[in-house]
Amino acid sequence: MNPAPIQHRHAGHCETGVSSILLQAAGLALSEAMVLGLSGGLTFAHLPFVRINELPLTSYRMPPGRIYRGLARRIGVRWEQQRFRSPQVGMAALDAQLEQGRAVGLQASVYWLPYFPEAMRFHFNAHNLIVYGRDGDDYLVSDPVFEQPQRCPAEALQRARFVRGALAPKGLMYWPTAVPAVVDLHQVFRPAVRKTANMMLRAPIPFIGVKGIRLLASRMQRVATRQDDRYLRLYLGQIVRMQEEIGTGGGGFRFMYAAFLQECAKDMERSDIAEVAEQMTAAGDAWRRFAVACARQIRSRQPVDLRDPVTALDAVAALERQTFQGLLAVTRPAARRQALPIESQKTV
Amino acid sequence: MKIDDVPQDNSPGYASEKRAVYARDAGGGYVLAASTGWTVEEAANCLAVEAFDDQARAARQRLAKGQGSVLEVLMYERRMDLPTLAQATGLWQWRVKRHLSPAGFAGLGTALKARYAEALGCSLTDLADSCAAQPGES
Repeated sequence: MNPAPIQHRHAGHCETGVSSILLQAAGLALSEAMVLGLSGGLTFAHLPFVRINELPLTSYRMPPGRIYRGLARRIGVRWEQQRFRSPQVGMAALDAQLEQGRAVGLQASVYWLPYFPEAMRFHFNAHNLIVYGRDGDDYLVSDPVFEQPQRCPAEALQRARFVRGALAPKGLMYWPTAVPAVVDLHQVFRPAVRKTANMMLRAPIPFIGVKGIRLLASRMQRVATRQDDRYLRLYLGQIVRMQEEIGTGGGGFRFMYAAFLQECAKDMERSDIAEVAEQMTAAGDAWRRFAVACARQIRSRQPVDLRDPVTALDAVAALERQTFQGLLAVTRPAARRQALPIESQKTV
Repeated sequence: MKIDDVPQDNSPGYASEKRAVYARDAGGGYVLAASTGWTVEEAANCLAVEAFDDQARAARQRLAKGQGSVLEVLMYERRMDLPTLAQATGLWQWRVKRHLSPAGFAGLGTALKARYAEALGCSLTDLADSCAAQPGES
């Protein structure tokens, strides 16, 4: 496939944004929200045994790399992916692609990218960005979480691409080699959303989906009795940061997913899907209320009281359950949809 | 979230950058809106930054008292902790832990120091064991 120039766009999240921009250059117009939805990138996971700075991991999305790779399975995009052992070889391979005029997606560490604001630089190694050109010693970077294209010195980019540690990028470089001419939503919508909804409702382990949200609520209550206020504030802060910071689209990806559902509802002329999009918006709003309740405890000068955040989280869990059950209901085959009115399914 | 509810709190942490968020316009359809920050997010983020700053300050005090090492100060200044630094260097955590102490640091050879310098993105001279308390970055 002939490489085409990319068009930088501002996006809510790095990996969905990068995928969307690269696919558009390859000839497939797919919005960021569609990338999230069709790849099945939305989820919830609370893994108390995985620690980041001694705090448990909470995630609102699938692990890094699953979004662009998820598209491969669902709609038949083919990606070329390369990892490198040697930084020199990895940088030379990048230069070789740029010389052919091809923009490529890269995985890199946020901390070592100098164009990030100081307050945003943490050791998160799975940030995604596009490099589309080189100007002397600077690489031209299209990082979709920034409004404008950025520049990054070669030395910093090399360091960011070859940092060691959790989720080490190992110089990962990827670009689409084949895209489908059209995406038939009537075929791909159902399996894509059912995969997400099943994971949210029926995962057999307690760390994932609605069960994971309930687990987080109970762990919060337990941790409140065991730890001091300083730890509790950091604990709440970590949850909120994973939900709201750059690269989450806000509301823990729920608004972006609602945008996806809305787009599909319009495309397929299905008002029932539009209704689920409304519910998904309500779930996102509930997540934001939870973040506000957490922030109040973080900033308060009183001893930390986790009752409000836990109540808010219970409300989130109830809404998410209802929303994803609604999603399952609207994707049942038409015959069964008539047999089972939606009201009766809510009590399942 | 309605487009009027998109927070515009001018978070200093954004350094006048903007973030794209999904919000609903007057007709209820989703659009991308630029946000200048949210105090809720800012509170959580500041807390995380302050935690590292506090640790760096404590490490600097230990260094001044001769109970710490330059390595420990640099580690927290780079917003790393023990597991992160161990992974970044490929060393066992118990070894790194030992190197953070004054005695362990004094025993470091050039090769290990070079490995730390590489992981911390600093020069070997920054890791010189002069043990003079260095002013922090921020």
